[in-house]
Amino acid sequence: MAVAAEQPQVDLREPAGWRRTKNQIVTIAMVTAFVILLIPLGFVLYTVIAKGASAISWSFLTGGPIPPNVLPAGVGGMGPAVLGTIEITALAAVMAVPLGVLGAIYINEYGGRGPLAQVVRFMADVMTGVPSIVMGLFIFSIWVLHFGYSGLAGALALGCLMLPVVIRSSEEMLKLVPDSLREASYALGATKSRVTLTVVLPAAIGGIVSGALLAVARAAGETAPLLFTILTVTAANTNVFSGANTALSTQIFANATQPYLGAQSRAWGAALTLIAIAFILMIAARLVTGRFTRYSR
Amino acid sequence: MDQPEPNLATSTQLPKAAALQDTPPQDEVYAPAGSPVFDAQGVSIYYGSFRAVTDVSLTVYENEITAFIGPSGCGKTTVLRTLNRMNDLIPGARVEGGVHYRGASLYGTGVSPIAVRRRIGMVFQKPNPFPKSIYDNVAYGPRINGERNKAKLNEIVERSLRQAALWDEVKDRLSKSGLGLSGGQAQRLCIARTLAVEPDVVLMDEPCSALDPIATGRIEDLMHEIKSRYTIVIVTHNMQQATRVSDRTAFYSVLRDEKSDTRTGVLVEYGRTRQIFEDPRDSRTQAYVTGRVG
Repeated sequence: MAVAAEQPQVDLREPAGWRRTKNQIVTIAMVTAFVILLIPLGFVLYTVIAKGASAISWSFLTGGPIPPNVLPAGVGGMGPAVLGTIEITALAAVMAVPLGVLGAIYINEYGGRGPLAQVVRFMADVMTGVPSIVMGLFIFSIWVLHFGYSGLAGALALGCLMLPVVIRSSEEMLKLVPDSLREASYALGATKSRVTLTVVLPAAIGGIVSGALLAVARAAGETAPLLFTILTVTAANTNVFSGANTALSTQIFANATQPYLGAQSRAWGAALTLIAIAFILMIAARLVTGRFTRYSR
Repeated sequence: MDQPEPNLATSTQLPKAAALQDTPPQDEVYAPAGSPVFDAQGVSIYYGSFRAVTDVSLTVYENEITAFIGPSGCGKTTVLRTLNRMNDLIPGARVEGGVHYRGASLYGTGVSPIAVRRRIGMVFQKPNPFPKSIYDNVAYGPRINGERNKAKLNEIVERSLRQAALWDEVKDRLSKSGLGLSGGQAQRLCIARTLAVEPDVVLMDEPCSALDPIATGRIEDLMHEIKSRYTIVIVTHNMQQATRVSDRTAFYSVLRDEKSDTRTGVLVEYGRTRQIFEDPRDSRTQAYVTGRVG
């Protein structure tokens, strides 16, 4: 004790100086950036809820047909558009998600650095960069001109948009699966397909599902690819494979550009509905990820 | 690749290796060796154009524990992974020379790496349990081999976990994640997983390097217990471990070529563990085991 008392006091406090100042500057910059980021998000949400909430009712969500623009708010409903959005997005997901996941498995597990895998990966990147309206025009020219407008045509366009996103997000998830797990499985005498199905996919499935649901949510809000493919009618069409269809996003476009207050109110209501659908998908993605990863902790 | 049936008396090709293969004269004190399980003759292993290991010849005997020791980069793990064709998974890896497993060429035409690995299991340096339940981890191997019978699987899981001295610690939480175990438990789970497919040989690649001395001791005890039923080859950095567990020891070293500035792993000396540590014939072995080098 006596010896310790004679030692000079050690100063372990943060020294004042440039390093400390720099830390404060960067912290303030980050908080500011975060707040600025929140402003548009908060503003969009506030506006859509403020203007759309009054339009929302059970008959708005399920009733139909969608009334002519000149009619006031509260008449008819967006039921056909809600149905169309669900139909078309679900069909697009059914087509694009399995194909995308299989593509990612090929790229990451089988193709490796081979030429075909490189081509698929490159094409997926190119496809990501194709503007959505171009994808709509593409389906218009190869499908709609021959078979007419249909929910299927819209689903094809949305599927083409989702596919590269699903491929790349799934590939990233598969890449995260450590090779030590693959080796452990191989060392037990597993075949490559077994390793992929019983070890790699289960380990990556949480991320794959949440990536796919994000792609679905993204596609559900797309407008441009649907403009040329479903025709945006006002009546409900339960047959997604034939006949003109309708969707929330294109109804927002059609109604919001009108001078009539009733139409504008319906557009805000549809916008809020679409955001709610995307939000529900995000929450589903979270829940699913949590469920599939219960053994990874 | 195709070599005649291994003959121990003629299995030495290099003068340098002449003293390595045959058993030392004081060998009467040991039990006679079992039948050979692995027989490697003039094996060189390449990764692309890099020759990682050059001209390794050795024989591994049944129900013995064979240790591979040597400094980092000497190719002991590479040789180990050649014995169950795990190196096939590394692009560009290539094996020259003959590797025979119970008389059959491991690298012969038509040999399925899957069939090889079902007989020759492996435990890795880092415990790598699957992100599945403890039960599913152990049942994984039997399941991929087609075992669907619940009662049979239960029995295999319990037996394997008991063999790996883990049963008492996990029997009440078999449905919990295998990733929730401590390092030593996780490694014993990996051993149980390997034993569940009832392999003939267990290859261990530094299985204790991530473990504390108590967990290491457990795994060493376990190796002694299972050795009557399995043949074990273990790579270890820990020379005390080699003396504690192994019957035979192979000492590998790095051979540098100053002119071409290349290095490659070579087998310096192979023999009874006691002989390697108490009476090494090669000066490099002596320098390594006495701690002067490495």
